[in-house]
Amino acid sequence: MEALLAIAVGVLSACGVFLILRARTFPVLLGLTLLSYAVNLFLFASGRLRFDAAPLIRAGASYTDPLPQALVLTAIVIGFGMTAYLAMLALRALSEAGTDHVDAGREP
Amino acid sequence: MNSSTLLVAIPATAFGACALPLLLQRHGRAAAALAAALVMAACLVLLAPLAPAALAGHTELARLAWLPAYGLDFSLRLDGLGLLFCLLICGIGLLVVLYALWYLPQSDRLGRFYAILLLFMAAMLGVVLSENLLLLLVFWELTSLSSFLLVAYDSEKYASRSGARLALAVTGGGGLALLAGILLLGHIAGSHELSVILDAGERIRAHALYAPALILVLLGAFTKSAQFPFHFWLPSAMAAPTPVSAYLHSATMVKAGVFLLSRLYPALGGSDLWFWLVSTTGAITLVYAAAMAFFRHDIKGLLAYSTISQLGLITLLFGLDTPLSVVAGIFHIINHAIFKASLFMAAGIIDHECGTRDMRRVNGMFRYMPVTATLAIIAAASMAGVPLLNGFLSKEMFFAETVAYQPFAGLGWALPMFATVAGMLAVAYSSRFVHDVFFNGEPVALSRQPHEPPRWMRAPIELLVLLCLLVGMFPGWTVGPLLDAAAAAALQGPLPDFELVLWHGFNRPVLMSLLALVGGVCIYALRAPLFAWQAQLPRWHAHSAFERAYRRLAVVARSLNALLDNGSLQRHAALLFAFVVLLGGWAFFSGPTSLVRAPVQAADEAAIAALIALLLGALGATLLYRQRLLALILVSVVGLVVALSFVRFSAPDLALTQLAVETGTIILMLLVLYYLPASAPPQSSAPRLTRDLILALLVGGGLGLTTLQMLGAPVDTISEFYLQQSLAGGGGANVVNVILVDFRGFDTLGEITVLAMVALAAHALLDRLVLVAPLRDTEGRPWASEAHPLFLAMLIRPLLPLSLTVSVYIFLRGHHEPGGGFVAGLITSVAMIMQYLGGGMAFAQPRMPRHPTSLLALGLALAAGIGVASWAFARPFLTSAHGQLRLPWLGEVELASAMVFDLGVYIVVVTVVLCVLTGLGRLSLRVPSAREVL
Repeated sequence: MEALLAIAVGVLSACGVFLILRARTFPVLLGLTLLSYAVNLFLFASGRLRFDAAPLIRAGASYTDPLPQALVLTAIVIGFGMTAYLAMLALRALSEAGTDHVDAGREP
Repeated sequence: MNSSTLLVAIPATAFGACALPLLLQRHGRAAAALAAALVMAACLVLLAPLAPAALAGHTELARLAWLPAYGLDFSLRLDGLGLLFCLLICGIGLLVVLYALWYLPQSDRLGRFYAILLLFMAAMLGVVLSENLLLLLVFWELTSLSSFLLVAYDSEKYASRSGARLALAVTGGGGLALLAGILLLGHIAGSHELSVILDAGERIRAHALYAPALILVLLGAFTKSAQFPFHFWLPSAMAAPTPVSAYLHSATMVKAGVFLLSRLYPALGGSDLWFWLVSTTGAITLVYAAAMAFFRHDIKGLLAYSTISQLGLITLLFGLDTPLSVVAGIFHIINHAIFKASLFMAAGIIDHECGTRDMRRVNGMFRYMPVTATLAIIAAASMAGVPLLNGFLSKEMFFAETVAYQPFAGLGWALPMFATVAGMLAVAYSSRFVHDVFFNGEPVALSRQPHEPPRWMRAPIELLVLLCLLVGMFPGWTVGPLLDAAAAAALQGPLPDFELVLWHGFNRPVLMSLLALVGGVCIYALRAPLFAWQAQLPRWHAHSAFERAYRRLAVVARSLNALLDNGSLQRHAALLFAFVVLLGGWAFFSGPTSLVRAPVQAADEAAIAALIALLLGALGATLLYRQRLLALILVSVVGLVVALSFVRFSAPDLALTQLAVETGTIILMLLVLYYLPASAPPQSSAPRLTRDLILALLVGGGLGLTTLQMLGAPVDTISEFYLQQSLAGGGGANVVNVILVDFRGFDTLGEITVLAMVALAAHALLDRLVLVAPLRDTEGRPWASEAHPLFLAMLIRPLLPLSLTVSVYIFLRGHHEPGGGFVAGLITSVAMIMQYLGGGMAFAQPRMPRHPTSLLALGLALAAGIGVASWAFARPFLTSAHGQLRLPWLGEVELASAMVFDLGVYIVVVTVVLCVLTGLGRLSLRVPSAREVL
């Protein structure tokens, strides 16, 4: 199971980085989404992988680590905020520069 | 008010009120000046009750903890030395305020000038009142910065700007050296508080780091007090308006350096190294600058070099390292401030009346302004050391000190001779000032007819010259007590025996004074051949050398910048990832190699199937990224698998959040996709593809390996605390939610603030944005004729109350079961967005809240307000309370104050998602003949 998760994290981040390095804004957005999945999974995994151990206090239950979950929860929401911001930025850049190339505003 | 409150109130008043002139300038120039004068007077009034104790030798301390962990406290100290400087700063400041009102042109509204002047005064007060050396440094740098603004006050003039830049570079650089020196001192003494450091003199001098600490501190003092070889900034700073020169360059800022020498004298003085460094620097400066002053043709240039020379004299006195020489140094600080400020003001009047300060053209002024001339002549005589004036007294003490100082057998004549030469030069440049400006024939080609200045412009000079006379004739009555207190504070020990009287009998110092007077007049008489000799000397101008170096630095910086950053974001991103790989690789390979393996979970079919789906989605999206819609769908598959894996690995909250966010993200991306150009971009070049592939593989491989390594390591977590305290301390069984809204509520508050900023950014970025919406999709097909199918529209309307109910349920149970503000907020916003999707903009928009920004504010206010509310119960910010409440029909209800916080989170999340998505959707309404997208 651990190896599977490591593969998932590795592939997601590799795909994310590759897409972020593309020249157009849309693949960059997709790449950022993939990279944030990878990072969220990685952070989450720092609490280790446990089955049926949700951190809900009950008599006689054992729990997984709740702290990474709390961190990842806010990271997911902030990630949405960042994606939204970049999406709006991409549209603004498109309207100002007339192209969706990331280096459209580059000085000569 | 007790005395330590008063002490803190002095700099607090000065800093707090420094914007007052700016606020009052619309009532006229006089109002701005009055405001500035009132602030300075207020500082003097606050000082008055503290003065008797300080004069009696008492040291008043006040301490407010600021950053105690770094040894930096806001601690102040008032003793005799501080009192003396406070009086100089506020007293001469008041005169300068009055003078500047007349000096600066009528078109200047003066608010800005007085505000910066007050800021400078506040910083100076801070320097002389600091008990903590780090605090002193903060104020020290602030004097450099505010003096930069003052020197560059006529910012349209190049000379002002470059003079200010030079002054800032030299004094700011010295400030850095001083910081290092102070840190060393603090390290040696174990504290940055002056009271500790001054008592630790023996220990400091014996320490191995004494020499570097001393040199660094001296660098700071010498640059500030314009000592050779750092003196060259002061003449360039004469581009400042004359009131600034009179204030900064005679009485205050340049005195900060010698103030530091006297302040730290008990800690640093009394060693051979101190003697050699300080006295040599002072002696060279004294003579070199005096000679330079003689050759200046500009009146302010002459005064600037004479200031440097006089500062050299004070430095030399501190360097001589005897108690009496310290007393003489402090005495000269007072005298020099008085006569030099009046001389600068007189120079300003002459400049004002004649339109030039060139002494080859400004001649014979005595006839045009006899009163001003008389005042200036008295002040200049004081500078030359003529008896009955204050300058004479301290100069006599200086001569006496050089005679008394006999460290080297057989060379006892050297120092007195040196001092006499310096005295001659001082007489020479003073004679030149007096004779050239006020006599020596007629003015040459002046643009205007000079006459006496306005009455009140002259008043400050009159007062200062009166002081020159009073101190010169009755030193014991006028400055005696203040000098005693200041010298005792500087020495931190018993005062030496000395007598402040005019006549000590005919002794060697008197002979030296006579020699200096005669010799100086002789030098002046020989000025014609001397000027001719000086004119043929090779010229090297420090200021233009600095400007050249500065320009070269800028060129180098620009080319270096161009080398690293050609403006391409793609390149930026690639460099960033390459660096991440380097750092990660370094950390990975330098970490421990052998690991204790933790037990691992066995893989099952479901997990393998999920991984395959995830890989297909991620790799598919990467390979097919040029087919954008398909790539987006594949990415959403990945998101779904991630959500499912959260379910599997005991994280129901995360799964809920991920699902809801996924929905929002996909709608967002579809909206973006609608506007982006459909044309497939050209394929990247092969080398770039290779580079990106290598980077991607390195990052992916590295992160994968790190994950594996991390999962194999044994767990070491701090979460036991949260698990134990969740129910008991936070009143909730859902530990993740309790962490978010309670234990780490401050983090969450920050996070929803960031989210709120995204909503505000939506306003800013989408404001008046017009995009061309395509009429056909990428394959050339027209959009569906029916944008909002009736069936969908009808189906979605009744869904809204249902989804809202679900989100309320999720919100309410969040404290105990999976759910909470984040998830409920996302669900609500998705429900709202569905209304847009089903019914269209025209249907949904009027039914939504009109002012999303006020909703944002409400959410943030709720979250922050419940945090502040805990102050009312004398608890720290964001302390939560919880308890059981019995309600009719519902029975026992568990309530926690954290739920209010969660409500704030909920409101912010809903508003942000709605703001962004409807903002993007609304764009379509701005395109003529285009259709709605939502």
